[in-house]
Amino acid sequence: MKIKFWGVRGSIPSPGPNTVKYGGNTTCIEIRTDDNQLIILDGGTGIFALSQTLLKEMPVSANVFITHTHWDHIHGLPFFIPIFIPGNTLKLHGAFDPISGRGIEQVMAVQLQYSYFPVREAEMKASIEYETLMPGQSVQVGDTTVTPTLLNHPVINFGYRIDCNGKSVFFTGDHEPHYNIYGPDDESFNEYQMLIDDKEKTILAAMNGVDVLIADSSYTTEEYPAKKGWGHGTFDSTIAMGKKAGAKMVYCTHHEPTRSDADLELEFGKVLARYPRKAGDPDYRLAREGEEIEI
Amino acid sequence: MNKISPELERKLTLAVEGMPAFPKSVQKILELTRNLNTDPKELVQVIEKDPVITLKILKVLNSAYFSLPNKITSINHSVVFLGFNTIKNLALSIASVGILPKKNAAHFDVQSYLLHSLTTAGIAKLLCSKLRVPGIDPMDCYIAGLLHDFGKVVFAQFLPEEFRAAMEKARDEGISLHIAEKQIIGADHTVVGSMLAEKWQFSDTLIDCIRNHHSPSDDENAMWASVYAANQISKKMAYGNSGNPCVEELPVAVCNFLGGDIDAIIVSLGGELSKIAEEASLFAQMDSGA
Ligand SMILES: [Zn+2]
Ligand SMILES: [Zn+2]
Repeated sequence: MKIKFWGVRGSIPSPGPNTVKYGGNTTCIEIRTDDNQLIILDGGTGIFALSQTLLKEMPVSANVFITHTHWDHIHGLPFFIPIFIPGNTLKLHGAFDPISGRGIEQVMAVQLQYSYFPVREAEMKASIEYETLMPGQSVQVGDTTVTPTLLNHPVINFGYRIDCNGKSVFFTGDHEPHYNIYGPDDESFNEYQMLIDDKEKTILAAMNGVDVLIADSSYTTEEYPAKKGWGHGTFDSTIAMGKKAGAKMVYCTHHEPTRSDADLELEFGKVLARYPRKAGDPDYRLAREGEEIEI
Repeated sequence: MNKISPELERKLTLAVEGMPAFPKSVQKILELTRNLNTDPKELVQVIEKDPVITLKILKVLNSAYFSLPNKITSINHSVVFLGFNTIKNLALSIASVGILPKKNAAHFDVQSYLLHSLTTAGIAKLLCSKLRVPGIDPMDCYIAGLLHDFGKVVFAQFLPEEFRAAMEKARDEGISLHIAEKQIIGADHTVVGSMLAEKWQFSDTLIDCIRNHHSPSDDENAMWASVYAANQISKKMAYGNSGNPCVEELPVAVCNFLGGDIDAIIVSLGGELSKIAEEASLFAQMDSGA
């Protein structure tokens, strides 16, 4: 299985001289399975550059899995060039939204409105299919199994585990580790803590023993208190999660749009110094646009 | 404002007093959810105190969409499962629908009324947020839009015969319902609606909005203009129905606030309108227990 990062930035595209090394595009990850199936995790602006490389292998059959519907994870979808060419297939997977009462089909419907995009969905030449997933419901893509798990974000967010011939990847999308909303003196504190512990167990089980964990590490621990409840993790929370899940390699992603390459490396260096690598610990890395690995 | 006889005033006051109190939990939820930094603990406690809202939230969670192996039975668990923000927005939609009446009276179609109120609320909030007037909260426009026709509910309940006659007159003669109400009852729904809003101790701006959603206001502010226009737009787009067949022309003051006549405003809202309508019909269904 091959993994390639096409967008690693959180919230908003951030091009410019300060982000040349790690890249300014928002979330998009390409996965090529052993039987060369194309799986794409999220449709942030990174998907545009990815889509251009696909034009030489038509007809394209793309299996896109959307973690959640915030702009930075879907913004590039209307610019996924293969959808304008007949013969191609785009299959979009994602969660049900209990507020709008709609499935993943709303992701295109919302973006392709007349005032916001020149081409209507009916005018797209490729075949576009939608599959709204339930948590825990696996999808088969060739030899590969993709399984969604409900994580914690202001909207419903699925983390996806991809299993192919004994190798595995887990991508969180946007996720903030659960915290207790009660103080230790509140009556509900213990009950809530038990619920959180239970939920954490489910999440860790879903990513247990993966070869690669790619996780939302938006903030530093110093920045976090001001951003608590916004639905994002920290470098430290990602490292703790990777260790507990027994991941072999951990990629920190969803980099803050204002964080320059130099700052990113500086902060990451401080974090690594806090957690000197011991035998059995995961290999920690910063996700970088353009980087490709094979597992 | 309309002049009404002392006798009619007594009658209307009695009717308003017969209306239930504005649910405390709903008021609290509307209040808490307009704050971006709501304390999750506080909102959970408010929701838990309202068994109806609690049950409705649990129903959504235990629906087929999440295929839970075990039923979720508490709001705390719901927050851990779906996330706080999702529960917060669910509570807001359930609370909004919950204050509107449920049963039919005087052949008043409650489902259509609900849709008219919810779309007026959504459009008013959208118009107001586009105006960005400091000191005016778009969420207040939402509440004003939601409740602007509540006087009709009071009529339907306490003066069912007269109200039914007024609706028939409006339909047969193709006149505005509030004109027919004035002719038959002696006062229109804006009078009794604003009396109810006073009883519920809403802000003066909100009361004024309800009182003047068919007439000029002494205090012509962005909220008044948004609610006034939203009501007419909802009717023009035929989103629901609250017994009034006429789309009235917008006063010049309203057009000045919103930068154009009703057609120009509708064009400027574009696809956002159909989104509001869709969301409203969803909210309305949620209440019918589906
Ligand atoms: Zn994001
Ligand atoms: Zn997000």
